[in-house]
Amino acid sequence: MKRKIIVCSGSACIDPGGKRLEPELRRILGDKNAFDLVEIEEAVCYGHCGSCPMIVVEPEGTFYGELNSEKLARIIDEHIIGGQPVEALLATQPMDTSRIRMLGSADFFGKQLRITLRNCGIIDPESFDDYLQMRGYEALAKVLEQMTPEQVISEVEKSGMRGRGGGGYPTGLKWRQSTGHDEEKSFVICNADEGDPGAFMDRSAIEGDPFCILEGMTIGGYAIGATQGYVYVRAEYPLAIKRLRYAIDEARKRGLLGKSIFGTNFNFDIDIRLGAGAFVCGEETALIASIEGRRGMPRPRPPYPAQSGLWGYPTLINNVETWANVPAIFLNGADWFAGIGTEKSKGTKVFALAGKIKNTGLVEVPMGTTLREIIYDIGGGIKNDKKFKAVQTGGPSGGCIPEQFLDTPVDYESLMKAGSIMGSGGMIVMDEDTCMVDVAKFFLTFTQDESCGKCTPCREGTKRLLEILTRITEGKGVPEDLQKLEHLGKTVKRASLCGLGQSAPNPILSTLQNFREEYEAHINEKRCPAGVCSALLNYYVDPDKCVGCTLCAKVCPVKCISGEPKKTHVIDTSICIKCGECKKKCPVKAIYRK
Amino acid sequence: MACSCCENQFDDLTQYISGVFDPEHPQSSLISILHHAQERYGYLSKDVIEHIAQVTEVPAAEIYGVVTFYSLFKTKPQGKHRISVCMGTACYIRGGAKILEALEDMLDIKPGETTEDMLFTLSETRCIGACGLAPIMTVDDKVYGRVEPEQVKGIIAEWREKAEKV
Repeated sequence: MKRKIIVCSGSACIDPGGKRLEPELRRILGDKNAFDLVEIEEAVCYGHCGSCPMIVVEPEGTFYGELNSEKLARIIDEHIIGGQPVEALLATQPMDTSRIRMLGSADFFGKQLRITLRNCGIIDPESFDDYLQMRGYEALAKVLEQMTPEQVISEVEKSGMRGRGGGGYPTGLKWRQSTGHDEEKSFVICNADEGDPGAFMDRSAIEGDPFCILEGMTIGGYAIGATQGYVYVRAEYPLAIKRLRYAIDEARKRGLLGKSIFGTNFNFDIDIRLGAGAFVCGEETALIASIEGRRGMPRPRPPYPAQSGLWGYPTLINNVETWANVPAIFLNGADWFAGIGTEKSKGTKVFALAGKIKNTGLVEVPMGTTLREIIYDIGGGIKNDKKFKAVQTGGPSGGCIPEQFLDTPVDYESLMKAGSIMGSGGMIVMDEDTCMVDVAKFFLTFTQDESCGKCTPCREGTKRLLEILTRITEGKGVPEDLQKLEHLGKTVKRASLCGLGQSAPNPILSTLQNFREEYEAHINEKRCPAGVCSALLNYYVDPDKCVGCTLCAKVCPVKCISGEPKKTHVIDTSICIKCGECKKKCPVKAIYRK
Repeated sequence: MACSCCENQFDDLTQYISGVFDPEHPQSSLISILHHAQERYGYLSKDVIEHIAQVTEVPAAEIYGVVTFYSLFKTKPQGKHRISVCMGTACYIRGGAKILEALEDMLDIKPGETTEDMLFTLSETRCIGACGLAPIMTVDDKVYGRVEPEQVKGIIAEWREKAEKV
């Protein structure tokens, strides 16, 4: 029997040294003369990044994780040559560390339902034929042969899908609003400017299956009568760009893009436009400005892009995930799609689970799954068995959700009620070592830096908010600062021009609401409970470890360390300037910060 | 008009522009052109920007506005190797700031600056989406994942050594 070894080539599985597993695998196979026994295939990220680097051996579906050269050699000896799966090297379930025999049986996948990522890890993203085998372009064929544009739009409306970029605007309605204008042209855009820090859903979706996005856009083009589409993608994602280019070239060669697609009189083509490192370009009007080659600044709406977008023509913009869902709706029917999820949020949502969690990775769950299920059942709980503190959703536009809301179902309305937003899908888990004031400061630093400067509330407001937060983390906060933060935060939210400013204060307002006591500890007691804010920490000598070598006392620039040779030294915290030199110098690591 | 020496120097760029130029929307290919020029010449000097302005007939001031808006475009010469520390949320939570601090100490430069020997340019980067490996730093295209501050010294030494050999 000839086995198949599937090597995961997702970004996380590339060895930290930048090396891939595959050449090593080929080398070992060569050494052992075992090339004839297997076929090697590369697949894109399975999403189970906690076990990387990993391989899957088919036909058994045996799932080996955390590999190195020695382990690979053993798998080839015992499994490939000997025919016996190597029990000891199987990847483990994070909760009870039992072994996972088959990839699909991992708890990680149990609660997931993959629609957007249906082909990711299954098809070779650089093989157009692979996609065709997975019913690729069947949806487009059906649409072009059997449906009128009006029927296509009604089907999307019936599915109940809402925009996956974060806002949750009904997709069908957006399509309808993009039609019926007396303009000679209209455009379709895929927003792949995934800018939220800690979010990698769109990157993985494109890297894993660029084809379904193109098929979705082509269906959208047919529905609104557009002849040209653009994918606006971040320049920071070179692999995604490469795979999109391949997919576009192949589709053109096969007559699935270009003139008279499927022999009909429908013409449609897609081009790529690169971003250049501006977060605000994820906002639709800013994105359009950027495609036009201008500074990516938003403009007031209305008119919405559906009426007046790219070069003033009607333009339909959807996010990567939304487009990826479109072919699935037409393959399986709008009723099927509407049957998944909750009453108001249909289908599934992809989340990029990261932070202090055991299984970092990409998860796709039906809407309505609770945060607890995602974090504990799929994510495996908190790393190093620390205590859960909060989960941050929605990136710099979202908020931090504390433990008491962990049973919140994931849908647009419930997350909003819990003080956060669905957002594009970043989900960062935080434990007891994370300082919530510092997190708020982190996001404000980001939004303040990315504010385009066009409108005053955002430009000036985020700057002042950041100043107040910085003051608090440095121990210079005063009690009135909390009211100031709340008042100014609400003003910035109400008065800003675009989504960036309207949501920038969310990380502050949600942490103020849920973790007010941490702010108060910083201000009133000059203490950082999580031990993060360095200005509020003091240096101490651990008497059990100190050997009295006197090095710390010698290096201290303000001579605040006293003690005799070979006896425990003591730091006078009232004089200490917290330069940290003593900690660096200590040969036995006896100096700590608290 | 551009002088003859510039014309030769930028032949390649002129050719690229004529390939992507859309006369109906002269400015629409500007960002692609700037990406190409930066890759070719390392950074966007005044000469490069003025040349693009002449060929595309987009005012140089307008191009300059675009260049300074987007953080990936550089108007100063860059070091031979680009060191970037990811400042995405996952990396930040897992200690990205400490990696940056260690690099600043080691190279004696701040983010955005270049070492005196023009070997390294240090920068903070936005999330590169490999959050499973957090915290991350990259040197050119090489990714270092799960980096500890203590490892930074070794990584820099490795690249210094490489540069000396060449």
